[in-house]
Amino acid sequence: MASTFVRTSSLRFGGGQPRPAALEHQRKDRWWLSPLLTALGLGSFVVYATWAALQGTDYHVGQLLSPFYSPEIWGHSPHALFGPPPSWLPWPSFLPFSAAVLVLAIPGNFRLTCYYYRGAYYKAMWADPVACGVGEPRDEYRGEHKLPLILHNVHRYFLYGAIFVWFFLVHDVWKALWFPAAGGGTTFGLSVGGLLLGVNAVLLWLYCTGCHSLRHLVGGHCDEFSKNPVRFGAWRFVTSLNKRHQLYAWCSLFSVGFSDVYVRLCAKGVWHDVRIF
Amino acid sequence: MAKTTFSIFRGDSEGGQFAQYQTEVGEGMVVLDCVHQIQADSAPDLAVRWNCKAGKCGSCSAEINGKPKLMCMTRMSDLPQGEPVTLEPLKAFPRLRDLVTDVSWNFGVKQGIAKFAPRPADVQDGTWRMQQEDIDRVQEFRKCIECFLCQDVCHVLRDHRKHGEFAGPRHFVYAAALEMHPLDTADRVEALKDQEGLGYCNITKCCTTVCPEGITITDNAIIPLKERVVDRHYDPLRSLVRGVIGR
Repeated sequence: MASTFVRTSSLRFGGGQPRPAALEHQRKDRWWLSPLLTALGLGSFVVYATWAALQGTDYHVGQLLSPFYSPEIWGHSPHALFGPPPSWLPWPSFLPFSAAVLVLAIPGNFRLTCYYYRGAYYKAMWADPVACGVGEPRDEYRGEHKLPLILHNVHRYFLYGAIFVWFFLVHDVWKALWFPAAGGGTTFGLSVGGLLLGVNAVLLWLYCTGCHSLRHLVGGHCDEFSKNPVRFGAWRFVTSLNKRHQLYAWCSLFSVGFSDVYVRLCAKGVWHDVRIF
Repeated sequence: MAKTTFSIFRGDSEGGQFAQYQTEVGEGMVVLDCVHQIQADSAPDLAVRWNCKAGKCGSCSAEINGKPKLMCMTRMSDLPQGEPVTLEPLKAFPRLRDLVTDVSWNFGVKQGIAKFAPRPADVQDGTWRMQQEDIDRVQEFRKCIECFLCQDVCHVLRDHRKHGEFAGPRHFVYAAALEMHPLDTADRVEALKDQEGLGYCNITKCCTTVCPEGITITDNAIIPLKERVVDRHYDPLRSLVRGVIGR
């Protein structure tokens, strides 16, 4: 017997049932608190990171390099991979040269296209919707079905880039563990700054390794795990981190920002990097 | 026993308004108990759909204080005490009367998704062999009771009413259960992208929040399906590698 159900192009809502009006809701909880905190948190980070990235100064002190400026492809610090910026590098005259501008696009876009952050800032920054069950202010909606938001599908490419950058951050931690010795050479040790960079690298690893795209790439695309035990193991590991992806996203965001604040204030002489041993 | 005020939507597809009712609330009562008490005491014509009273049939879906919930699983003691309780029908579907909506659109959408198509039997007696780890992931999706709370809270259906272009979270869970099944051979990726509007989902996780069965809809069903679409349509490097190695 043929199906009695037909997929309709649109449902017939009666005249007395218009779509919910902007911000219309019957919720009695503090539904506005979560999007407000998200907007404040993300907004503060974006403003600070942009300011810090455009400074081009006070981003290193001793062995410490701000994670915003790593890897320092070209620059004026001892951490620069290829020395000072070459003359052929186009740079707007109204901006001081900043190595951060050259690399921040990778981790920045990794977070911008991250599945967790997307859901968070669609709510907090774009009210799309501002909270579950609360009416939206706009009629038109394209979602991630069309341009421009369909571009979020390149998330896995920024994941590859973020993992590449992460190795440089680990190298920065290693360098931060070696202090100039009195008689020349270096000696192993740990300072608060080095500890901070280390914690930051660990949190970024937890955030990157819990990525939804990585979860798919390492094994999620397989339908028969029993025939791919290595992929199954990798998928289970990434899944275990993915369950706390939101937590790691926020912790790593804070640690990156605070690491820059710490190095910057050390470089300005506001405080000094205390050596633990 | 304390008296609680209920503000219940009364009306149909052409309009309606909230009516106030008071009823006594005893220990252990759920919202559906109160609605039945109101029906018995003061509103015998109040329309409400219900069946199992155990959170397994998915019939008594409604919006309680603005949140999509099952009335039979919402304890009165979990709601703000001393405040009126607001009850509305689902907003993503046409109202029939009072708290009852016409959710039959969902059945049509489900029928449009390619059915389970198992590979040829593994052994001569016509059966298959699967390992538990192959099926664990899919079993979560089989918990769905089709209450359609996820459909109701999804802003693509609720606010933008894209019923013609978007299947909704319930059907992405259904498609994921089939697509990730170790025996299934059908390909639903193209249909998910083009007909079912997977790209309209902007991962706000409201569906996951309201699911009474605790299915992690967004992380375990929708995002993995989005990634399968990316594999085929938005990852040129992967396409190149597959072209070179011939897989």
